[in-house]
Amino acid sequence: MATATHDPNKNYINEKSGIWSWLTTLDHKRIGILYMISVMSFFAIGGTFAMLLRWELFSAGRNIMDAHQYNQVFTFHGAIMVFMVIIPGIPAFLGNFILPLQIGAKDVAFPRVNLMSWYCLMIGAAIAFFSLFYNGVDTGWTFYTPYSISTQNGTLLMVVGAFIIGFSSILTGLNFIVTVHKLRAPGMSFWRLPLFIWALYSTALLQILATPVLAITLLLLTAERVLGIGIFDPKLGGDPVLFQHFFWFYSHPAVYIMILPAMGVVSELIATFSHKTIFGYKAIALSSVGIAAVSFFVWGHHLFVSGQSEVAGILFSFITMLVGVPTAIKVFNWVATLYRGSMRFDSPLLFALGFIFLFTIGGVTGIILAVIGVDVHFHDTYFVVAHFHYVMVGGTLMAIMGGIYYWFPKMFGRMVNEFWARISFVLIFVGFNVTFFPQFILGAMGMPRRYYDYLPEYQSLNRISSVGAWTIGTGFLVGLFVIIHGMRKGVKAGPNPWGGKTLEWQTASPPPHENFHVQPVVTAGPYEYR
Amino acid sequence: MSTVKTATSGHHHHAHHYESAEHEYVTSKFGTWVFLVTEIVMFGGLFVGYILFHEKFHEMFHAGSTFLNWRLGALNTVVLLFSSLTMALSIYYAQLGKKSLVLLNLYVTLACGFIFLTVKYFEYTHKFHEGLFPGALFSYDGPEAHQFSNLGMYFSFYFVMTGLHGSHVIAGMGLITWLIVRAHRGEFGPEYYTPLECTGLFWHLVDLIWIYLFPLLYLIG
Repeated sequence: MATATHDPNKNYINEKSGIWSWLTTLDHKRIGILYMISVMSFFAIGGTFAMLLRWELFSAGRNIMDAHQYNQVFTFHGAIMVFMVIIPGIPAFLGNFILPLQIGAKDVAFPRVNLMSWYCLMIGAAIAFFSLFYNGVDTGWTFYTPYSISTQNGTLLMVVGAFIIGFSSILTGLNFIVTVHKLRAPGMSFWRLPLFIWALYSTALLQILATPVLAITLLLLTAERVLGIGIFDPKLGGDPVLFQHFFWFYSHPAVYIMILPAMGVVSELIATFSHKTIFGYKAIALSSVGIAAVSFFVWGHHLFVSGQSEVAGILFSFITMLVGVPTAIKVFNWVATLYRGSMRFDSPLLFALGFIFLFTIGGVTGIILAVIGVDVHFHDTYFVVAHFHYVMVGGTLMAIMGGIYYWFPKMFGRMVNEFWARISFVLIFVGFNVTFFPQFILGAMGMPRRYYDYLPEYQSLNRISSVGAWTIGTGFLVGLFVIIHGMRKGVKAGPNPWGGKTLEWQTASPPPHENFHVQPVVTAGPYEYR
Repeated sequence: MSTVKTATSGHHHHAHHYESAEHEYVTSKFGTWVFLVTEIVMFGGLFVGYILFHEKFHEMFHAGSTFLNWRLGALNTVVLLFSSLTMALSIYYAQLGKKSLVLLNLYVTLACGFIFLTVKYFEYTHKFHEGLFPGALFSYDGPEAHQFSNLGMYFSFYFVMTGLHGSHVIAGMGLITWLIVRAHRGEFGPEYYTPLECTGLFWHLVDLIWIYLFPLLYLIG
């Protein structure tokens, strides 16, 4: 409730002090910051593994690790990046901070559940990392049976860790759905929701409908290893392909858990930095829901060579191509918004433009992979590796970086150093293409993924790729420097440094504990510039 | 939890980010329903696995089910259905403000949970005694085991499905214990019974899942 006696110097950061006040906080903004610290730490670890992988692949033959270590490093790289960085990255970190602000609420619906979800992530991650003391994990992040049943190492710990992290995702999704339905400010109808909220809402639907399937799959895999229940073990009459069906029934929608919120961030960036009413608001909003709906019926495109029926393969191939329709609707509407906009080329917009460019390549190569005849050739080659890195790194991570720079003034009340923020963009963007574009060619030449070694004729392209990877690494280090420097020494920011129209820009930076001193009442859509 | 006393209502609480106790009630109830959806999807994975393998090893599943005692399963079904009634009655009496009847019904619900688990305990130990373990641990050496080499898989499904269900019964009993503590403190009444309502929804779902498990596991022979 509005109080007449609020102290303008009090905000969510300095309202209470001490580490304990952070670890027990129920404030969605503080929980968002906890997620930020966790996700950035996990990203640093997963990124270090990536750098080591590219070092090993710099030359044919052994460079710095043996084949067994290599299998572990790519498993940890994948599992950390998927379960601990990209899935929680936008919803649980940026979404937690921004969602209640953008809909004019004081908090999420269930603050204690929100804190619990962070602890689920941390406990799950701790258990997963503990597997390093039990000879690591070498199954790849997909834990395919029957190998994951028989390999003698810490796979069980990693599986249990991923299971617990799954609950973190479920609880975040549950909170967001209920918050969007029940805690919107007066006048905030569904058609006045910012597009980031539409994207988070669609993501939350996936989180609650798909993640429980991962939970039961990993529970069965745990029982498989502990009790030998045999459901996925052909020796006992079980079916290993059933594991793949279960796993991808979650993990394909999970790909959209990773990319949908990124699309939401990009919609915000494009609108604010074009200073123009977004083109096709309803189309962008509904295409998020459309992508979420279609995503449940495409998992079979991971099983084109696993022995599913031809009819199933053709159906999955066709439905997969349908994903291109709502995705293209978004891209065209973003471009139409940029057209004749009053563009400000600040670093957030650069990342948004980078997203559109890279994500489009990732998306179009996804359509190529949906063609069964082509996929049989490209399956498990570097073409696939390049494709999903274009989507997940070129898409999601670009959006996270853009989103951090965009909402940084709101989170910390200070601006980042714009010059160095742009430098980080250039390094990441250029390094990214240098890393992954050659991998399309390597894949087309037939280089298989997840192999420790390669034929000599692949070496020159692998070297280019490794140099690109180190460039990306440098770019993210610069980004980390920009963020830390901005927190400590950045120029003080006003409530609305970018001229944004959504509600979070109408309160102080950083916002007070209850978000708004006066309950906002919404009378117009989110992007009414001109 | 940072609850505040509101100036208008005086004697019941709601968290600071809700407009009113009513707002908190409908929001909590909606959140519980969303949570139940995730539970249904999770159990759904098991049911899909069951359907696929039941289809594939039709006769083996029938042979496996003959090892279960349908009378004990039926007893547990009645116990859980009755507990759903008492759970619902506890909410009804909270709405009428009758504290002692709320407590009585909660205690009966909790007791039903205990009866269910006790029956399950005797069923489980009997299976262990016979060597009817899941999958690779299966060590029963009767004629059925020679007829169906993967009879252990039936018990994989039996133990995983009833085990996951049983863990939900235990979780529900924990919640009911927490409700009893709060009811003793006199926290529930016509103005505020949200935790009763939400736990009740969860308890009914746990019962409902058993309603499906009972015929699928016990009555297919």
